[in-house]
Amino acid sequence: MTTHTFTARRGRKAGPPRATNPRQFLRHLTLIALGVVMFYPLAWMLGASLRDDGAIADPGVWPGDGFTVDGYVEGWRGVSGVAFGRFMLNSFLVAALCVVANLIACSLAAYAFARVDFRLRRLWFALMIGTLMLPHHVILIPQYMMFRELGWIDTYLPFVVPKLLATDAFFVFLLVQFFRAIPRELDDAARLDGCGHLGIFFRVILPLAKPALATTAIFTFIYSWNDFFTPLIYLTDPDLYTVPLALRSFIDTTSSSAFGALFAMSVVSLLPVLGVFIAFQRLLVEGIATTGLRG
Amino acid sequence: MTITMERPPGRSAAPPPPGRRRPLRSRRDNLAGYLFLSPWLLGFFLIIGGPMVASLYLSFTDYSVLGTPEWAGTDNYERMLTDDPRFWASLTVTLTYLLASVPLVQVFALFLASLLNRGIGGLTFYRAVFYVPSLIGGSVAIAILWRFLFEGDGLLNNALGSVGVDTSHSWIGTPDTALGTLVVLNVWQFGAAMIIYLAGLRQIPAELYESASVDGAGRARRYWSITLPLLSPVIFFNVLMNTVGAFQAFNTAYIVSNGTGGPADSTLFYTLYLYQRGFVDFEMGYASALGWALLVLVAAAAAGLFALSRRVVFYGDER
Repeated sequence: MTTHTFTARRGRKAGPPRATNPRQFLRHLTLIALGVVMFYPLAWMLGASLRDDGAIADPGVWPGDGFTVDGYVEGWRGVSGVAFGRFMLNSFLVAALCVVANLIACSLAAYAFARVDFRLRRLWFALMIGTLMLPHHVILIPQYMMFRELGWIDTYLPFVVPKLLATDAFFVFLLVQFFRAIPRELDDAARLDGCGHLGIFFRVILPLAKPALATTAIFTFIYSWNDFFTPLIYLTDPDLYTVPLALRSFIDTTSSSAFGALFAMSVVSLLPVLGVFIAFQRLLVEGIATTGLRG
Repeated sequence: MTITMERPPGRSAAPPPPGRRRPLRSRRDNLAGYLFLSPWLLGFFLIIGGPMVASLYLSFTDYSVLGTPEWAGTDNYERMLTDDPRFWASLTVTLTYLLASVPLVQVFALFLASLLNRGIGGLTFYRAVFYVPSLIGGSVAIAILWRFLFEGDGLLNNALGSVGVDTSHSWIGTPDTALGTLVVLNVWQFGAAMIIYLAGLRQIPAELYESASVDGAGRARRYWSITLPLLSPVIFFNVLMNTVGAFQAFNTAYIVSNGTGGPADSTLFYTLYLYQRGFVDFEMGYASALGWALLVLVAAAAAGLFALSRRVVFYGDER
């Protein structure tokens, strides 16, 4: 079920009339050439991860004679005595917690803004919008001191608690927009059937807002998976490292001869995000087109 | 309505007349609204508002993690402006990065979106291909790749060597070109902006182009007089978001320079400098001042863009 925010965009193809064939061909050529240039480094990294360390500087993409999976075996052993699988699990755990926290907290707040008529709503909404573009660095230091005081260093609480308190204003905003597009008649009908706000929230709004909730979940996952700064300042115990931090320590400990392992684990670290992209491509693209999320 | 008018206003405890249900419901709505909003309210005061006020206070103190904050008046700000070349270096790096990459991202994104907009086969495929870098570009893995791409014996020079251009210039190790490689990395991620432009281009009614063609307008003319004006709100949005984002760039600079911002502070992004002051030198007071200065800078840039938009952005007649 999609509501009309999403379907409206696919209404009818606008834009100038179709170009003639040679032009069409030229366009494909340009697009493919640019695509190749952009993907060459990625393909090279994949190739290099499957190559003997001696041949690492080879600009070719194909592993060729030096083909080996040693890099993956070596890299999977991890760093500082912690296996790479552990880092992956940590990252998945943090990302999953963040997704759940964001879904709950942001949808609750969004429901209040979109559907409930309460005092000072406009004021709070304006303040929420105001936090949209607030640079995180202006609150960084006191937040760090507070979390440290609470004993939250080397825990995942600094990642999850802010999300549980709906501080990701972008997603609150996204959900507000989506909830507003759901016809109010459905609320009224539910109210006649005896539903209160909780009933409307759970039985009407949430089921109809699945696309927006999915967009929230997907982007939260990707941001969380790629997040480097939060683990950098809050995690010191290698057992708790998430993947980006583990890769950083890989660089520090990598001798000039172990690039294969570094590349291999870099490739591995990209796989979950690429997997999410392949699985949810349509939702992702629509999410960006309607909200301007960056990915 | 007439029924309510006839009833005397007042104190009957019996089922309230329809007209009076509004205030009652409103009280319930008040409670419900604040209950639903309570996580956000807590977050707003504890995670955002409180720390903001605290960091404003800290910015006027001298404070290392171990001691207690000591009031220092405007010392931090004075030092920043008059006695800290690295502050100016970081500001220059960030502004250069911003001014170089934000327009380039728009050019690439708009160009590609225009190519893809005119009913081309394989749109979904192309869109996916160009979007993937946006998805992974901020990751540590790609930062590692970038290091190897632009080192003296890195991929770029090897590729150049195989076509006969021999150079061992370390693009990333030389102050003149190090920042450029990070600009390239940002431009490489034009895909997200491209998707937003594509969505914007589709909103432009085809009839406009048709009637312009009838009037004899050529391609360039149509682009200049129809596409760009009608797309200008989207351009403004993208420029604003990319600008705010560029101010906060951190990951790649950290990985590429091993957290130093080198060579010779040429990749010392503002946020990286703030991180160094706060979490390497433990000058929390000074780092807070840097944080507030960043807020002022971002706000000024946003205000400037909004002011500019009032002159150049076309919002149509009906809005």
